Amino acid sequence: MGITAMRLSRYSYLIREGFRSIFTHGFMSFASVTIIMACLIIMGSVSLLSVNIDALIKDLENENEIVAFVDEEIKDEAEAAAMQSSIEAVPNVASVTFVSRDDAMDRFMSQYDEDFGVGIDADVFRHRFVIQLADIALMSNTKADLEAVPGVAKVNAHLEYASFFVTVRNIVSVVSLVLIVILVFVSVFIMSNTIKLATFGRREEIAIMKMVGASNGFIRLPFVVEGLVLGILGGGLAFVAEWGVYSLISSRLVSGLAGSFISVVPFSSVAMPVFIVYMATGIMVGAFGGVNAIRNYLKV
Amino acid sequence: MVHMKNVRKVYESSNTLALDGIDLTIEDGEFVFLVGPSGSGKTTIMKLITGEIRPTSGEIIVNDFDMSKIKRRKLPKMRRTLGVIFQDYRLIENMNVYDNVAFAMRVVGAANKDIKKRVPYILELVGLEGREKRMPNELSGGEQQRVAIARALVNNPRMIVADEPTGNLDPVRSLELMLLFEKINEMGTTVMVVTHEKELVNAFSKRVITIDGGNLISDGMDGYYSYEIE
Repeated sequence: MGITAMRLSRYSYLIREGFRSIFTHGFMSFASVTIIMACLIIMGSVSLLSVNIDALIKDLENENEIVAFVDEEIKDEAEAAAMQSSIEAVPNVASVTFVSRDDAMDRFMSQYDEDFGVGIDADVFRHRFVIQLADIALMSNTKADLEAVPGVAKVNAHLEYASFFVTVRNIVSVVSLVLIVILVFVSVFIMSNTIKLATFGRREEIAIMKMVGASNGFIRLPFVVEGLVLGILGGGLAFVAEWGVYSLISSRLVSGLAGSFISVVPFSSVAMPVFIVYMATGIMVGAFGGVNAIRNYLKV
Repeated sequence: MVHMKNVRKVYESSNTLALDGIDLTIEDGEFVFLVGPSGSGKTTIMKLITGEIRPTSGEIIVNDFDMSKIKRRKLPKMRRTLGVIFQDYRLIENMNVYDNVAFAMRVVGAANKDIKKRVPYILELVGLEGREKRMPNELSGGEQQRVAIARALVNNPRMIVADEPTGNLDPVRSLELMLLFEKINEMGTTVMVVTHEKELVNAFSKRVITIDGGNLISDGMDGYYSYEIE
């Protein structure tokens, strides 16, 4: 048998040993997979919550429109409507809707009793443009730019709401980032300790391997294989569990009372990044955890 | 071959002097008993030979490896020239007899074909034929120690080092085991047995090295404790 065949038989033996070890140390394998799963689900849930809060704030931002009133001198509807292109050209303007004075009156009247508006003429209202911004943090500048457009008499913008939303968005971003970083550290600590505990019972086995002349690589490989398999298993199961729990909660939210004012980011739109992060974390924690856990026993 | 020259070992953590200038040579093909009371330094000598610890000063050569300077990555290669046997057998509990022995061959990268040929031969040599599928906990103490001997022998080491190998066995099994070591030695392997069992040592006319208080007290063919230990 050649050297290559010898190496192949050796590697296939070590890989088989890794798989075998998962079953012979069944309880510790179960504990490792469960811990990896639990940590990933907690981390993932916080991240997904943050994604949803961010989306919610963006929705609310979009509802925060600003209104540019056309100068009263411009009475002709067509002439007023023609200003749309100048308004669209203003930086940070995402969309512009022209509302004629007749439409404005209809909207106004629809909010009150039929009798309330009797006798009010459409001339009381001005032609106007309802504008949505790309970034409400720049609302103050955009307001000034719009006021400078010829034919615009006045711009109504809720600057205080805009700054409120910007503050909330920033706080949510920072808090979720800090939470995720803390959870990553806690998870890695817990996972590495679980794997350490799992290998503690096998230090005798490692000592025997060393005594018969096993190299560190020979001892390490089955642990790496075992860690990888457990990590992939933990990551995969965490993904499936996250999918199930997220879908359940979001369907309850949407069909329930909250559905009328909350929209939930569908899991399908975040599934791929969640899957990649879970699997990558599982693989890294499993493999590095396996190597790290036996490092001390290899020094003999 | 083991060559020790003025070897001292101080355990720094407890500031204990374990060996105080030992000079000792064991030639290839010899059968040696290393004897002495508890705490005399026997285990320290054994650990120095297997590379578990390093000397504080002095020179140790084991099978052509300089143990006071050996690099950590060279230790596996050195250990493959030794077969080590312990009082508590140290078998891998979840492997059967065959796998416990085959495992030592896999460690050195032996091919499956060679493993299948060599392991049954060694198991027969130590009298364990027909026990291949048994798990360690299904065997008697004597049988478990034979598995450990088979594992130590399977890679054809230059030297067998046994630390109190009969410590957990009754006198009859102990004698059988010593006869097995004698047989192994007659086949050309150097054997060093660390023990404190006087009757057993005196039943064989072999070289006896006596250690006490970290010093070499006697070295000769006169049997156990030719020097009276107080």
